[in-house]
Amino acid sequence: MLSIKNLTASINGTPVLKGIDLEIKAGEIHAIMGPNGSGKSTLGKVLVGHPSYEVTGGEVLFEGKNLFDLEPDVRARAGLFMGFQHPIEVPGVSNAAFLRLAYNKKAEAEGRDELDPLEFDDFIREKIKLVSMKEAFLDRSLNEGFSGGEKKRNEILQMAVLEPKLAILDELDSGLDIDALRVLGDAVNKLMRPDHALLVITHFPRILETIRPQFVHVLSGGRILKQGGPGLAIELEERGYDWVVEEAATGGHR
Amino acid sequence: MNSTFQGVTSQEYKYGFVTDIEADSVAPGLNEEVIRFISAKKGEPDWLLDFRLKAYRHWLTLAEPGWAKVQYPTPDFQKIVYYSAPRPKKAQFASMDEVDPELKRTFEKLGVPIHEQEALAGVAVDVVFDSVSVTTTYKEKLAAVGIIFCSFSEAVKTHPDLVKRYLGSVVPAADNFYAALNSAVFTDGSFVFIPKGVACPMDLSTYFRINNQESGQFERTLIVAEEGASVSYLEGCTAPRFDTNQLHAAVVELVALDHASIKYSTVQNWYAGDKDGKGGIFNFVTKRGLCKGRGSHISWTQVETGSAITWKYPSCVLLGDDSIGEFYSVALTNHKQQADTGTKMIHIGRNTKSTIISKGISAGDSSNSYRGLVKVQPKAEGARNFSQCDSMLIGHTCSANTFPTLDVQNRSARVEHEATTSKIGEEQLFYFQQRGIPAEEAISMIINGFCKDVFRELPMEFAVEATKLLSLKLEGSVG
Ligand SMILES: Nc1ncnc2c1ncn2[C@@H]1O[C@H](COP(=O)(O)OP(=O)(O)O)[C@@H](O)[C@H]1O
Ligand SMILES: [Mg+2]
Repeated sequence: MLSIKNLTASINGTPVLKGIDLEIKAGEIHAIMGPNGSGKSTLGKVLVGHPSYEVTGGEVLFEGKNLFDLEPDVRARAGLFMGFQHPIEVPGVSNAAFLRLAYNKKAEAEGRDELDPLEFDDFIREKIKLVSMKEAFLDRSLNEGFSGGEKKRNEILQMAVLEPKLAILDELDSGLDIDALRVLGDAVNKLMRPDHALLVITHFPRILETIRPQFVHVLSGGRILKQGGPGLAIELEERGYDWVVEEAATGGHR
Repeated sequence: MNSTFQGVTSQEYKYGFVTDIEADSVAPGLNEEVIRFISAKKGEPDWLLDFRLKAYRHWLTLAEPGWAKVQYPTPDFQKIVYYSAPRPKKAQFASMDEVDPELKRTFEKLGVPIHEQEALAGVAVDVVFDSVSVTTTYKEKLAAVGIIFCSFSEAVKTHPDLVKRYLGSVVPAADNFYAALNSAVFTDGSFVFIPKGVACPMDLSTYFRINNQESGQFERTLIVAEEGASVSYLEGCTAPRFDTNQLHAAVVELVALDHASIKYSTVQNWYAGDKDGKGGIFNFVTKRGLCKGRGSHISWTQVETGSAITWKYPSCVLLGDDSIGEFYSVALTNHKQQADTGTKMIHIGRNTKSTIISKGISAGDSSNSYRGLVKVQPKAEGARNFSQCDSMLIGHTCSANTFPTLDVQNRSARVEHEATTSKIGEEQLFYFQQRGIPAEEAISMIINGFCKDVFRELPMEFAVEATKLLSLKLEGSVG
């Protein structure tokens, strides 16, 4: 589904990603872990086409297509989604209207019927149950005045509306209490399908107890230093990240 | 950076065509002879010629106002054509068949429902082309309920007493530099009179069009609503694109008697000049409403998108007790446009109320200023004002300013002012794009959200129009 080859990227002329290789197949859940500032969010944002980042080398194929040939909105309609670490507030734009436009843009691209406001209302009422969101949030301005946790709920609601093939979830657990984390983790699991894939970005292994990855990659200094199975997440939980960095520096010998 | 913004392609001004029509014009320049010529051309009574000449003589003593935050070369008033009429010289046509087909095509292109059969939308339209009003639709239907809706020139002939009573009663000829100029040389405009107790059965509308490259447009609108009468009036404007500047200096006067209500809506889309600031309309307009009667109500709603320079402060003088003044404004500037616009609410009567909602959107290298005055006079017991002035910046080379002035001379008055400045940032746009929404639709959704409180005041079709217009104006310029 997603194939990243030797990807390098910089922001304001500073290299952040220094050669990333990653393969994600349908049905897989991957986790990117690593210390703060290692480039995790950067990787996600580069994939979805954030304008602040410059891709300086490498190649990314999404479903066989060169991702960097596609505008960010085209990538989104092709099934790429990113749940942001810090979702932005948009005063004056109603959450429901935003969700409906996003839904209809995707439906249009896929040749499905668009939903009018009443149809969408029925549709969205089902979806908000999945993330235990109160209906009142639909009428509010998009993310405006939402708490950190409510913003994250809204991100997963958007994911539920768009049903992306590949969802990149950046620090879903930040700002969430333990119950909300379980609710959203469960929601993400329910949305996962055999033809979909997930890339979970996290500093803390906690979320991986609910959303269980088959593959764990440790990112540090813009490079993937170590890869492993679910066991690696547990090891990181116990030992932190420093040993991975040291191990990489000494070429794997201790 | 900013590639998302620039990726949205630029849209050219779509009303920029010139109609090839024979015009009956006077040579450029201004002096008493020209004024006499205009007055004679229109067969005006002596009192009106006097009004003009007095205004002109006063204007000669005035200097152009310099306090607005706009910069432009002073127009050469001797290079302007003060009278230009489409031929045939008849200012008013007996029926649509007499109108020059070329002129009809122009208005069709502009989407003005000039044909009565097309005017099913239920809007009565007066059309002012350069200096002359060319047609007024629905006149008979309105006349049946006693409403007068005609060109200003016609009103001078058919209802001289009414014109004489109210002309200059809200905006005196000596009011300011541009009002004085207008009073001297105004050529046409609309006249509306709603008699006692009549609610106007349809929206009335005037469509202004500047066609002649050298001509200035100086129209004069006068709307009077008698006791208990009500009317909603719409004004639309476009102009061809020339690389010289045209001057538009209009005066609009509204008079509302006891419990009368006048709602005046404008969607202004004069030509704004090109992206380097060449050409475009200088829009120096004096609009003022007098809430003369008790419980009267005047509401201004404006969507200002065109013009190279905008200098405009639709105001309300709240003379009658319990009268209400409102100002709802969206002013958008882009490229090198400059706007200095706002309102004045003068509270004179007791328990008078005013509301000001101003939304300024600036993009490109433009400058957008809100200038407002809320004045509560000593006798205005219980006066209240609420003002909300919001600015939105798009990109980082534009500027927004607010200059609110409060002058409260009555201790029982309550005055509230709120102001915000926000930015359509790249992050917001990107967020929309990441959810599959193209940049241009994202911009229009964000802008509509920002302008919601003003758009809801507009008549339905106007609101739709305004929404489209704003998106169009911002295309390719954001960032
Ligand atoms: N706007 C910016 N300008 C310069 N450097 C930045 C900017 N944004 C992020 N960085 C740097 O890029 C690196 C990676 O950041 P990020 O991808 O957010 O890390 P993570 O998500 O792993 O915590 C950090 O060193 C950070 O300081
Ligand atoms: Mg991060």
